[in-house]
Amino acid sequence: MLTQTTPTPAPVTQRVPLVEMRNIQVSFGGVRAVGGVSIDLYAGEVVGLVGGNGAGKSTLMRTLSGARPPDSGQIVINGQPVTIGNPRDAKALGIETIYQTLALADNLDAPANVFLGREVTAATTLDDAAMESATRKVIGRLNPNFKNFKAPVLRLSGGQRQAVAIARAIHFNARVLIMDEPTAALGPAETAQVHTLIRQLKSEGIGIFLVSHDIHDVFDLSERISVMYHGKLVGTVNKNDVTTDEVLGMIILGKPPTKLTQQDLAELHG
Amino acid sequence: MGVSVPTQAAPERGTQTRIGAAFAPAMSALRSLEVDTRLLGMLGALLLIWVGFNILSGGTFLSARNLWNLSVQSASIAIMATGMVLIIVSRNIDLSVGSMLGFLGYTMAMIQAVWIPNDLGFGHEQPLTWIITLVLGIALGALIGGLQGFVVAYGGVPSFIVTLGGLLVWRGLIFRYAQGQTIAPMESTFQMLGGGTVGTRVGALGEWPSWTLGIVLCLAIVYLQISSRRRRRRYAFPVRPLWAEGLVGAVSCGIVLGVVWVANSYPLPVNVALQYAEEHGITVPPGGLFIPTGVAFPVLIMLIVTLVVTFLATRRRFGRYVYAIGGNPDAAALAGINVRRTIMLTFALMGSLAAISAAVQTARLNAAVTNLGVQNELDVISAAVIGGTSFSGGIGTVPGAILGAVVMQSLRSGMVLLLVDSPTQDIVVGLVLVVAVGLDTFVRRGVR
Repeated sequence: MLTQTTPTPAPVTQRVPLVEMRNIQVSFGGVRAVGGVSIDLYAGEVVGLVGGNGAGKSTLMRTLSGARPPDSGQIVINGQPVTIGNPRDAKALGIETIYQTLALADNLDAPANVFLGREVTAATTLDDAAMESATRKVIGRLNPNFKNFKAPVLRLSGGQRQAVAIARAIHFNARVLIMDEPTAALGPAETAQVHTLIRQLKSEGIGIFLVSHDIHDVFDLSERISVMYHGKLVGTVNKNDVTTDEVLGMIILGKPPTKLTQQDLAELHG
Repeated sequence: MGVSVPTQAAPERGTQTRIGAAFAPAMSALRSLEVDTRLLGMLGALLLIWVGFNILSGGTFLSARNLWNLSVQSASIAIMATGMVLIIVSRNIDLSVGSMLGFLGYTMAMIQAVWIPNDLGFGHEQPLTWIITLVLGIALGALIGGLQGFVVAYGGVPSFIVTLGGLLVWRGLIFRYAQGQTIAPMESTFQMLGGGTVGTRVGALGEWPSWTLGIVLCLAIVYLQISSRRRRRRYAFPVRPLWAEGLVGAVSCGIVLGVVWVANSYPLPVNVALQYAEEHGITVPPGGLFIPTGVAFPVLIMLIVTLVVTFLATRRRFGRYVYAIGGNPDAAALAGINVRRTIMLTFALMGSLAAISAAVQTARLNAAVTNLGVQNELDVISAAVIGGTSFSGGIGTVPGAILGAVVMQSLRSGMVLLLVDSPTQDIVVGLVLVVAVGLDTFVRRGVR
């Protein structure tokens, strides 16, 4: 059983970060959703990305997943500056995303969803049997009770749908995983399953950005926490150096821990 | 408490399970067949329509002659319906197919009756005229369909608007450059595409080629079943029980051979048969001459189109993407699918299918007239929708649309036999369309 006190390998400064996002800016019709944010991620690390509604965390992650290229700024993968113009580019770099909406085609079955955009073909025709076989393996790892490999994912439960979305992200040897609210729609048992999975993936050396509203999830799973407030980065803190109250202060008031006053903290609980 | 609750619920559940148990063997049998139950339901409805009309018409409806004509009449709508399925599945619509058909038919008529023989000076009845005409027509269809698709996909204009514009533009163009004239006659080989007769040449396969086609199709069905079983076995997936596999294969082959048998039961017209006998030195027996017509070329074309579009829809990435876009356009884009290109291609495909239907219709009429294909878009959309294609996107099958086209044509043809006037026909077809889709929605909601 994993415990809370597991010592985490603190990222050493001379190691090259897996992902560096430098000064990323995104605007929607004059509204600045992300204004010059820089964050990074190391292999085998979970970075929690937190902030209130509209803080810009999902938009920032969408620039990394290729869903919305940044207006300016630089993305560096393993020390190499890259251009991510669309989701295909991101996937080619080993960046996989589990969206909050799951982004599943409801009318298709699990194998079709797992391999969507990356179908296995035999002599240019779809090799459904090969895709089903691979899907059975990868989903079997996540959820041994999963049986409906032929049904449209529309008919599956929330947890099973989540399993399909996760399977799609981890089947293709991801190096970077973006998880946007991975447990928001799940029950306690399924949430625990996802937590176990995150720890396992981390131990395999995958870097994970965990976008979440749930401060406890974030404290539970991540090494470092980056807080966004109104499109800006408030700061990135080491989990072991801060209290949940201090992080809440960053989220709600947009102030780094050093600038938080006793009165601020009192108001948080008021 | 914990004891009383189940006892209260027990009687109710008891009746339910009893009813369930009565149906259970049938249901589980149906499940092991793994056939599309909706397709089965539609086949049942079609059978009902056929038997009903046959009784009302005193046996005329199910005569070989009527069924053969029905197959030819269904073909041109069915050909376009296969493409319309993909358009509607990807959450679009094409209202311009009737006008495109008219425009393309007109152009193909000009190519073979005016441009090649007169303007280029090659003369009439050249051996390659028909194929050049057909290829140019299909290419032009893909081009103008693709153009509409481009405006929809890359321009972001709703397909309803773009193709409504297309409906007016293509029809208007015919009137502009035809000036109300009818272009005729078509080249004689081209005419075969319509299933008619020119002298002793018949636009149908004839007896033995039809049987050969039927047998080849049966062998293909069996081969596909065996290879699919083998592939699933290799991955240790569950396969259908053998009896179910055998039944599905036998029924499929039965339908194929039944169609061939009906087509071969329809004799050539008496005068054509007599002329044929004279040319081939056959002595006419006293009971009259029976020369089977065989599967008509329009039906053969429909069959080829169905196989090709079904293959595209179910076995190729293109089809998978069309369905994914229909199910969830955002998810498709996030999966890295080129949504715009895929949408544009569905419209290009639709355009080339409209060209094929245009060839069939002009060949059958032996002329291009200015109102060729008027209101065909309504028949094509109805066929797709009766065949189970859903306007909410992501759902629909090519075989379903073919069945839909046959259902529509059966209703019309049956009512013609019963001397129902044309306004009443429209009322009936309109009601059937709404009721069919209403029933389907109702059943589907129940399943969920």
